[in-house]
Amino acid sequence: MSKRIIIDPVTRIEGHAKISIFLDDAGNVSDAVFHVVEFRGFEKFCEGRPYDEMPGITPRICGICPVSHLLASAKAGDAIMAVNIPPAADKLRRLMNLGQMVQSHALSFFHLSAPDFLMGWDTPPAQRNVFGLIASNADLARAGIRLRQFGQEIIEILGGKKIHPAWAVPGGVRNPLTKEARRWIKAWLPEVYTTVSAGLELFKKTLETHQREIKIFGDFPSLFMGLVAPDGTWEHHGGKLRFTDGSGNIVADQLDPQKYYEFIGESVQNSSYLKSPYYLPLGLPNGMYRVGPLARLNICNHMGVPKADAELEHFRSFGRGAVTSSFLYHYARLIEILASLEYIERYLDDADLFSANVRAEAGINSLRGVGVSEAPRGTLFHDYTVDANGLLQKVNLIVATGQNNLAMNRTVAQIAKHYVHGKDIPEPMLNRIEHGIRCYDPCLSCSTHAVGQMPLHVQLIAPDGTVLNELARG
Amino acid sequence: MERLKVATVWLGGCSGCHMSFLDLDEFLIELAGKIDLVYSPIMDVKEYPKNVDVCLIEGAICNEDNLEILHQVRARTKVLVSFGDCAVTGNVPAIRNQLGLRNDENVLQRAYIDSAQDNPRVPKADGIVPALLKRVLPVHEAVFVEYYLPGCPPPAERIKVLMVQVLGGATPKLEGTQLKFG
Repeated sequence: MSKRIIIDPVTRIEGHAKISIFLDDAGNVSDAVFHVVEFRGFEKFCEGRPYDEMPGITPRICGICPVSHLLASAKAGDAIMAVNIPPAADKLRRLMNLGQMVQSHALSFFHLSAPDFLMGWDTPPAQRNVFGLIASNADLARAGIRLRQFGQEIIEILGGKKIHPAWAVPGGVRNPLTKEARRWIKAWLPEVYTTVSAGLELFKKTLETHQREIKIFGDFPSLFMGLVAPDGTWEHHGGKLRFTDGSGNIVADQLDPQKYYEFIGESVQNSSYLKSPYYLPLGLPNGMYRVGPLARLNICNHMGVPKADAELEHFRSFGRGAVTSSFLYHYARLIEILASLEYIERYLDDADLFSANVRAEAGINSLRGVGVSEAPRGTLFHDYTVDANGLLQKVNLIVATGQNNLAMNRTVAQIAKHYVHGKDIPEPMLNRIEHGIRCYDPCLSCSTHAVGQMPLHVQLIAPDGTVLNELARG
Repeated sequence: MERLKVATVWLGGCSGCHMSFLDLDEFLIELAGKIDLVYSPIMDVKEYPKNVDVCLIEGAICNEDNLEILHQVRARTKVLVSFGDCAVTGNVPAIRNQLGLRNDENVLQRAYIDSAQDNPRVPKADGIVPALLKRVLPVHEAVFVEYYLPGCPPPAERIKVLMVQVLGGATPKLEGTQLKFG
């Protein structure tokens, strides 16, 4: 008699993501599914609109990483115009993307995840959040808040708004950086370097006492995918795609993102609004791949900046060829903050940032354009087909979090297997499963809403619908 | 004096309004000393509590779950604030209303059937995946709302103005540049 455990994190109250765990006859975990239950229909309702409106509309998919949608959308527009944008515009877009990388990763680590490491896994849930962190460790909370603010301020300096700036456009950007803004960013850099060092130190200490978490929080071989530069350096906005396997071997390299549909397929799950992309040549289930910080650090040859490269070396000691534990997403995220700060510092000395030539003008020269950028959570694709007037005929979006969907399912199953035997639902499992999902920092607003700590309600249900056991935590 | 019980809820929106709330930055630390945040997506409380003084509600009403949650929030909250343009007008999520009477089917068809290479079908699992509403609604079309806080998202400064007014016991009122969509 097989059974099913439903974890309804939001108990039909906040209700946007749920988890099912399936048990076999012996009561052991056989499978798990992460259900995303929110859908807004951007791909359809944008049809018929001019393509150059898209950088204004698509950031509204997600308030956590609006800059990713802004940039991918503008890049799809570049492809439709068939232009090479001015070098200054590319550098300015990169600067904004780095600001976003900092703010989004800081949010994930300090506001959402650090309460687990610092306050303990079994701290009462009412305290285990950023307000609890403010009460228990005000200095660290303030430093984390200010690190996120630093990233947000860079976005505002360039785009006029912290969230949903209308700044990048097909062909380039609206305005360059000012010298005064450069001085201001430079002056703030020493503080944020200190904060990220503290975060790295804290997390490395955490790892010493979290051997079990490293083993069970999504440790399995998979493919990894992301953008790399032509020489294999870490990328976040340009370059081409690389796939590597669970041992670090390159499976495919320098793939043209414009032709993503030749190597990425999308699968639909009956019980989730989140689609599962996979590597087409391998099909399912072998085509499962992970994206985001862990993937980007696995696929690149090096970071290209000294401080982050030194950390990358230590990071790689946690794997053989590839780091396969999703618990180490946190570590990868901190290294990417460090790299972003180093790249920001480097860009500030580039005279191009103040150039007046930031936008190429052109008409419709290609009826299809794909824009690709690395969002904090992974590679983001915007694929637009237009008519001769530039009105959208078809839109396809592949969001970062979807690409981790299969890996998130597998992670939940792995954690559940460790804790569930028979009909008992051990309480410690609840926190751990939440955190297993949180490792991926799923930007669920790209599809749902559960940011941060998910309240949980677990039911163990027999096939006839009888509730065998129930456990709620809140 | 008892501390104000504040909640924030996130329905059919992008979370940008919540991110703007976090953009209060160090004012959050000040706020933590003055209010009890009793329910929010950034914290871990299982059920929307009773007797909430003020709730900021982000997002439009897009699906059956949104609607069910909204009614519970209304019943348990003294002052409900439509937080951001999606809650106030429907905004971007409501663009699908223009696709006509069968807009819900059309948006699902495009995403899950036309652009899938494996298992093309519209996700459907009772009790797991909520059905889309035929028409996306702003919050006040479903329940009574006391105040409106516009913006896409409302900048942190505007949220601060409202919070300071609420904390001081004044009737919230936005003026001049604070009274602005987009």
